[in-house]
Amino acid sequence: MTFSPELEARFEKFLTKYPADRKRSAVIPMLVYAQDETEAITQELIEEVAKRCGVTPLQVEEVVGFYSMLHKKPQGKYHVQICTNISCLLVGGAELWEQATKKTGIGHKQNSADGRISLEEVECIGACSWAPAVQINYDFYHFVTPGQLDKLLDGLAAGKKPEEITEVQKVSC
Amino acid sequence: MRYNPPSPLETPVLSRRFRLPNSQSIDTYLATDGYKGFEKATGMTQDEIIGEVKTSILRGRGGAGFPTGMKWGFVPRTSPKPKYIVVNADESEPGTCKDRLLMEFDPHQLIEGVLIAGLAVGAQQGYIYIRGEFRYLIGVMDKAIDEAYAKGYLGDNILGKGIKFNLATHSGAGAYECGEESALLESFEGKRGNPRIRPPFPAVAGAYQCPTILNNVETFCAVPSIILNGGAWFAGLGTPKNGGTRMFCLSGHVNKPGVYELPMGFNLMRMINEVGGGIRGGKKLKAVVPGGSSCPILKADECDLAMDYDTVAAAKSMLGSGGVVVLDEDTCMVNFALRIMRFYAHESCGWCIPCREGTTWLKKLLTRFHEGQGQRSDIVMIGDLSKNMLGRTFCPLGDAAAMPTIAIVEKFREEFEAHLDGKPCPYENKGSYFSNSGLAA
Ligand SMILES: Cc1cc2nc3c(=O)[nH]c(=O)nc-3n(C[C@H](O)[C@H](O)[C@H](O)COP(=O)(O)O)c2cc1C
Ligand code: SF4
Ligand code: FES
Repeated sequence: MTFSPELEARFEKFLTKYPADRKRSAVIPMLVYAQDETEAITQELIEEVAKRCGVTPLQVEEVVGFYSMLHKKPQGKYHVQICTNISCLLVGGAELWEQATKKTGIGHKQNSADGRISLEEVECIGACSWAPAVQINYDFYHFVTPGQLDKLLDGLAAGKKPEEITEVQKVSC
Repeated sequence: MRYNPPSPLETPVLSRRFRLPNSQSIDTYLATDGYKGFEKATGMTQDEIIGEVKTSILRGRGGAGFPTGMKWGFVPRTSPKPKYIVVNADESEPGTCKDRLLMEFDPHQLIEGVLIAGLAVGAQQGYIYIRGEFRYLIGVMDKAIDEAYAKGYLGDNILGKGIKFNLATHSGAGAYECGEESALLESFEGKRGNPRIRPPFPAVAGAYQCPTILNNVETFCAVPSIILNGGAWFAGLGTPKNGGTRMFCLSGHVNKPGVYELPMGFNLMRMINEVGGGIRGGKKLKAVVPGGSSCPILKADECDLAMDYDTVAAAKSMLGSGGVVVLDEDTCMVNFALRIMRFYAHESCGWCIPCREGTTWLKKLLTRFHEGQGQRSDIVMIGDLSKNMLGRTFCPLGDAAAMPTIAIVEKFREEFEAHLDGKPCPYENKGSYFSNSGLAA
């Protein structure tokens, strides 16, 4: 299996980070980064990661089920994650979640028919003081209002990239 | 401002560079005493470094508040095995969002803290375990690490002094349980995040079964200032037995939610009213979760207290992770307890039965209750089930689920009763949507 040059370079770095006889440490980081490119964790990917890290495919397989970010089913191009944990709950996180499911007609960990959007109700994403918080892929949105969520979902459904939805700014870094 | 504006009541020590231009860059860092603590530490003995950290009365900021200097002292420095420094940057305790800022705005401070820990125990390798959802922070830290290598603060011959230390980031993949230190180490080694039997503790058998210092991000970030200005100076910022400042993450129903660095022992009511601008919409305070979702809740009349480990423990709660969640009078406590239990049921790693089964049952009971199908006997059952989990689980996650539930049932029993006999939730639609987006300018 071959990956993009960037991912190959990253993998090469991963394999030198850990002691030579401890390459198993690279399994989880490799899976997290690779699934963004392969869209999901496939059997082929499991075997490839196993080979590169010098472990058995079963040893890779067993971690896949444990971690919430690792997924065997492709997500939408834009994975919209809405936090409803305590700090977000108190300031409208649950209402945002309900709004998103109603508007898109899709539920928790489901994808829209065109594959552009998937939704996930997530646990605390570390943005509690700037709640309610939403993450789209890896980008954070803080203090999200119902109006902003509407704009984001409408824009994504209409084929825009999040950065083209200029009314709503992600947290820049 | 990308986050919240500062408060004039803050004592910025760890956060003092947050608002400088290019605060992430090594040039900014070096221009503001950066790596000076490390340079000073290179002239100290290991005992002197650990002694200074002990004097500072720095206590672990990850949740348990264990004295950091003492923890470092447990590392068998003469062991022939390699030693490791591991940073817990898994930040996922609901209500907590400070490690993110410490890494985003001052990544070199964390690197310097890790370097000093390395000197203290003779470690030559460190890893920063960052929760996978913080992908952008892995980029920030990697860039800072590259800069530190380029300027000779990391590598095989640091500052030409023959000191060797290598540092790398490591991505998690979404699992609250991996914030627990032994589960983190399992996960780091490429396995499922199930915790280990302790003892041995990580200080003796941590990463790859080698002696390991494992601390929270904020704990490491305090170390450069402690070495540079002295442990006594740091201790003096706080209260007896509680050195320094703390990054408090104020959230919920306050007018000015935000992360604020305040001295240890800062009064909780002042934090809510003066730092946080009081309860939004002029409502009354109902309760506060003082240190992340696993800490027993405090009723409004219990909130006039000093926020340090000992005072909050005396009030039968915990200072925890620094997540201060403020609830107004219109918050439904049954719903709140349910949301907390849903979280723990979801995050239970399933390794031991009291936690796996207990959280699942409690979630079912609380769901039923909130939907108006609860029975009077369920109130007792919720308390009993929780108490049966206490102390009977393999790792503290079981306790973390039980403790807040017990406190909510005991302190807000009347709200559970108000949900009985098919009555609708009395708070439904009261906690109407309110956005804090006005602050997001
Ligand atoms: C379920 C569970 C989750 C935890 N999550 C975190 C976390 O996200 N970050 C953290 O620093 N400590 C977390 N801890 C505490 C760690 O086990 C450990 O005590 C801490 O990292 C030690 O560092 P300190 O002494 O600097 O606090 C968690 C503990 C438990 C039981
Ligand atoms: S207490 Fe819960 S999280 Fe901890 S080992 Fe048991 S099942 Fe896993
Ligand atoms: S509770 Fe939503 S980000 Fe922490």
